[in-house]
Amino acid sequence: MESVKPILELKQIIKRYHLDAGDVLALDRINLQILLGEMFAITGPSGSGKTTLMNILGCLDVADEGEYILDGEDVSELEGDALSNIRNRKIGFVFQSFNLLPRLSALENVEMPLLYAGVRHARNVATEALETVGLAERLHHEPAQLSGGQRQRVAIARAIVTNPAIILADEPTGNLDSRVGRDILNLFHDLNAQGRTIVVVTHDSGVAKHCAREARIRDGRVVDILEHSSVHTSGTAEIDPPLAATG
Amino acid sequence: MLFWTTIKLALRSLIGNKLRSVLTMLGMIIGVAAVIAMLALGNGVQSQITKWVSRMGKNTITVFPHNPRIPPVLNGAAEPLTLGDAHAILSIPGVKYVSPVVADSKPVKWGNYHTYCNIIGCASTYILIHDFKVQSGQMFNYFDIRDMASVAVIGPETATRLFGSQNPLGHTITVGTIRFKVIGVLVPKGRQGWFDPDNQVLLPYTTAMTELMGQHQIALNHIDIEVQHASDLTPVQNQIQTVLRIRHSLIDGDSDDFWIASQLQIIKITNRIGGAFTMLLGSVAGIALLIGGIGIMNIMLVTVTERTREIGIRKAIGARQRDVLRQFLIESVLVSVIGGVIGVGVGVVSAHFVKFRHATGVVEPHMILLALCISAGVGVFFGYYPARRAARLNPIEALRYE
Repeated sequence: MESVKPILELKQIIKRYHLDAGDVLALDRINLQILLGEMFAITGPSGSGKTTLMNILGCLDVADEGEYILDGEDVSELEGDALSNIRNRKIGFVFQSFNLLPRLSALENVEMPLLYAGVRHARNVATEALETVGLAERLHHEPAQLSGGQRQRVAIARAIVTNPAIILADEPTGNLDSRVGRDILNLFHDLNAQGRTIVVVTHDSGVAKHCAREARIRDGRVVDILEHSSVHTSGTAEIDPPLAATG
Repeated sequence: MLFWTTIKLALRSLIGNKLRSVLTMLGMIIGVAAVIAMLALGNGVQSQITKWVSRMGKNTITVFPHNPRIPPVLNGAAEPLTLGDAHAILSIPGVKYVSPVVADSKPVKWGNYHTYCNIIGCASTYILIHDFKVQSGQMFNYFDIRDMASVAVIGPETATRLFGSQNPLGHTITVGTIRFKVIGVLVPKGRQGWFDPDNQVLLPYTTAMTELMGQHQIALNHIDIEVQHASDLTPVQNQIQTVLRIRHSLIDGDSDDFWIASQLQIIKITNRIGGAFTMLLGSVAGIALLIGGIGIMNIMLVTVTERTREIGIRKAIGARQRDVLRQFLIESVLVSVIGGVIGVGVGVVSAHFVKFRHATGVVEPHMILLALCISAGVGVFFGYYPARRAARLNPIEALRYE
């Protein structure tokens, strides 16, 4: 696996928060490499710096010190609209609470990143993405008319529609019951099998076991990197018909 | 593509908050309707004044005794206009009719009936200059003036007030303390704003000046002139100025101690007054518009706060500051322009119902255009600050917002 080139690389990342009580070191010299086509978990209890790390990985925030190379591009010094562009092109977010735009249809939600990118024929591309996640029948439904699992599928379609370097999923199964959650994880496996790099941030060790590697964060440091040899091989065999239907 | 999606989205969010959108628009509707109605009214008043002025008579010039450009204190030394001045004007080529005028308001009585009206002492040419016609009886003539006859020609309104349905001809009315015989009644002309030509009493100026206006008054209130042709207006005006300056012994450098007003000048002045009136009305309405704009800003600030999470999501998936800015600006402009369009409709309709004296509103296309531009401008101006606030939100904090 060492021969595969890293899709993202963190070097000596430091992030501090300035509070009235004094500075808090949220990330303390984090070094991390995630490889192209990898399914990677970042785990840790609340307060470990996991969320801060995710914000930096997702280019929602920048580190105070250190270097962040994403898909061959140094994004450590970017800010504002430049970060927006990076997020648009290189990162697909999947959130715990789905974060779909309420008054838009599934198709319009998935289209949105393409519109910001100025892509032509966004509608066709978005339709394809929704077909990929098994929602070809639900294109014109609004989020309120969809089940939790279906909403998360729309969110995943939105994340993959721009063909980003990484998919960054923050507790993607946290708001779903276990059966639907398993379907979503299987969907991630499928996407991973198609060569997409997926980073899952979670406190759930069950979810982390689905990933090839897992970085454990404690007190702003990477304390351990685990390899899950017996990775839950998903494949299509695992995916029951309900996955494609209701979720 | 993004633009149309943004408009569609903005419309959906307006429809999603119907009551709020309508109330916000109401401010704009009232403001724009007020602007349209007020401008239309000002416009209507102006054209009404122009109509009155033109009804005063064609090709007329009026000479007043004081120059309105000189402060009243300095006017003390001004020579009054006299009958001599009127005679001098009569000999100017191009002049058709001249009438000296003395005017006052006095109670008029017949038996037990009273009224209060304008008393005009004038020459027989007065009714020719001002286009009056006599409906019964006749106008007093040269001999009545020469002999200082106690005769009167009364307006139709005055006749009705004093005599009801009776024929006033031959009856004797009392003006002030002097008795006059009614020899003619004028044809109604219609009220001309502040001045009602149908409620007046015309007397020979000689009688009026000696008997009525005090002891042998020599000062005239004005001299009314009609010229032969419209092209004579300017040369006659210049001639009057020359003649009167000589008669009043004014030397070079002295200002005129009289004021020559042609119909054209009066129209010009009334237009200026009308313009100021329109401006005043317009600015009152503008305040309503300002309040409407503040309403929009207020609601947009609430909207931005409510939709903080949405803004966070958009930023996470790649919206730049200008994308978010544009989205909220479009929404506020949409509110203000929809409000503006409805307001124009309301304004145009209400312009037909607002009245000031006898003037109704007159809407012109440029007012509608102006109102629509202003409402779009209000949307941009008052929407910009909330939209910029939205655009500058930190995505992490926005995503965390519940």
